Amino acid sequence: MSQIPLDVRDLTLRYGDVLALDGATAHFPKASMTAIVGPNGAGKSSFLKSVLGLEAASGEVRAFGGPVADAMARIAYVPQRAAVDWSFPVRVIDVVLMGFYRQTGLLGRIDRRFQAKAMACLARVGMQDFARRQIGALSGGQQQRVFLARALAQGAELYLLDEPFAGVDAATESAIITVLKGLQAEGATIIAVHHDLSTVADYFDRVLLLNRHTIAEGSVAEIFTRDALARAYGPSLMLAAE
Amino acid sequence: MILSALLLQAGYNAALVSLGAALLGAAAGAAGAFLTLRRRALMSDAMAHATLPGIGLAFLAMVALGGDGRFLPGLMLGAGLTAAAGLWAVQRLSRQLAEDAATGAVLATFYGAGIVILTLIQGLGVGRPAGLETVLLGSTAGMLRADALVIGFGGAAVVAALWVLRRPLAMVAFDPIHARLMGINPRRMDAALMALVLAVVLVGLNVTGLILIVALLVTPAVTARLWATTVSGTATLSAALGAACGYGGAAISAGIPDLPTGPVIVLLAAGAFALTLMIRGHADG
Repeated sequence: MSQIPLDVRDLTLRYGDVLALDGATAHFPKASMTAIVGPNGAGKSSFLKSVLGLEAASGEVRAFGGPVADAMARIAYVPQRAAVDWSFPVRVIDVVLMGFYRQTGLLGRIDRRFQAKAMACLARVGMQDFARRQIGALSGGQQQRVFLARALAQGAELYLLDEPFAGVDAATESAIITVLKGLQAEGATIIAVHHDLSTVADYFDRVLLLNRHTIAEGSVAEIFTRDALARAYGPSLMLAAE
Repeated sequence: MILSALLLQAGYNAALVSLGAALLGAAAGAAGAFLTLRRRALMSDAMAHATLPGIGLAFLAMVALGGDGRFLPGLMLGAGLTAAAGLWAVQRLSRQLAEDAATGAVLATFYGAGIVILTLIQGLGVGRPAGLETVLLGSTAGMLRADALVIGFGGAAVVAALWVLRRPLAMVAFDPIHARLMGINPRRMDAALMALVLAVVLVGLNVTGLILIVALLVTPAVTARLWATTVSGTATLSAALGAACGYGGAAISAGIPDLPTGPVIVLLAAGAFALTLMIRGHADG
């Protein structure tokens, strides 16, 4: 474990008067699969965005042993129902091809090799038959799978997903979890904001209980207890600072 | 006369002007495709109107330096400077106002200032201001060969730059957060796009005029979007439509005395859009 994929210390983020994150600290070992769990407004999405540098948070974030900015090529992010214009003239295959931008650059030719790789990414999420469809013509769950395929195209080692299962159909949920477990088996590290407490133990092996600061982190067996959940979600927590 | 102009048989100069207008149309169509996908169409209108005070000031500066004030690159430089100032003003005001309100305020203020300056110039009796107002609606009638070459090369350069930047421009327009994570700087891409649109506006001053250039940026783009399924398809079709409208508009206005070029080009583009709506309007939203 010389190079921990992600190590976060004292992450603090303020939106005006609102404290979204208050010194959140966590580390994510290689090939682990962590659920970030916590009540609404606990700063779960802000945590991911701050880690990626999309929000100007204070604190220290190190990825693969160095500053996160130097490791961006090894990190993929799947946003919560991507905030994109669904009428945009783009086909499913084109969205996935965008994941190769670090390899193709401005002018690199997108040849059959990239097309084939993009199709393989789509096949992995079960969307290969939709490659020529407009992105706007898909259901919400299918769109989510396409954005996961775009992340796969990057060939990342660390995946950050913001509520990948929110509002998706059962087929999508099982397709996504199969892909994530496959990635983990290949050595990738997965971190996902997750809201469905009933599936945490089935899907994940680690938990980060977050409510602006870290309530607890560790294996599902140790951390995912009634007591810890009460501390994360219970009303008394709003006042108590441990 | 119109037919001969359309067939490039109305003389060397007229043919050159028509081809220059076609290249301008292609540049405007291609730039407009990315501009509308990025939802910044109105910004180009503010920019275009903000060229007017610069044209007046550049005229005065050139007269003060001993010229007749009609040197096109000089006028374009002045126009570019105040247009950039207008763009800066929109971005600065957008911190306090909604962007559409900021755009409207800047557009009207700069345009008003420009009209005042041009009116003062007419009364000064210096230089050769007659015909300076053609920058409002465009006129290819008195265009010189050198002007046509500036327009043609400017348009070609914009098209080439858009082709090079097509991938990051599309990615920023589709999903700016993902683009940023892939190492693209969205603010730099937006600045590049605005610079290219500004180049189109400046090159188009003599052809469509500053009031109507926005139509050449937006109308072919929204028409193309109803047909195309990809970004490059949209940009290519939009460029082709823009080129056809620019070419046809310049040729028609060359054939009818005193008919300004801009309105003809805009009506051609609007016709293509109306036709598209009739055919494709129900196909997809």
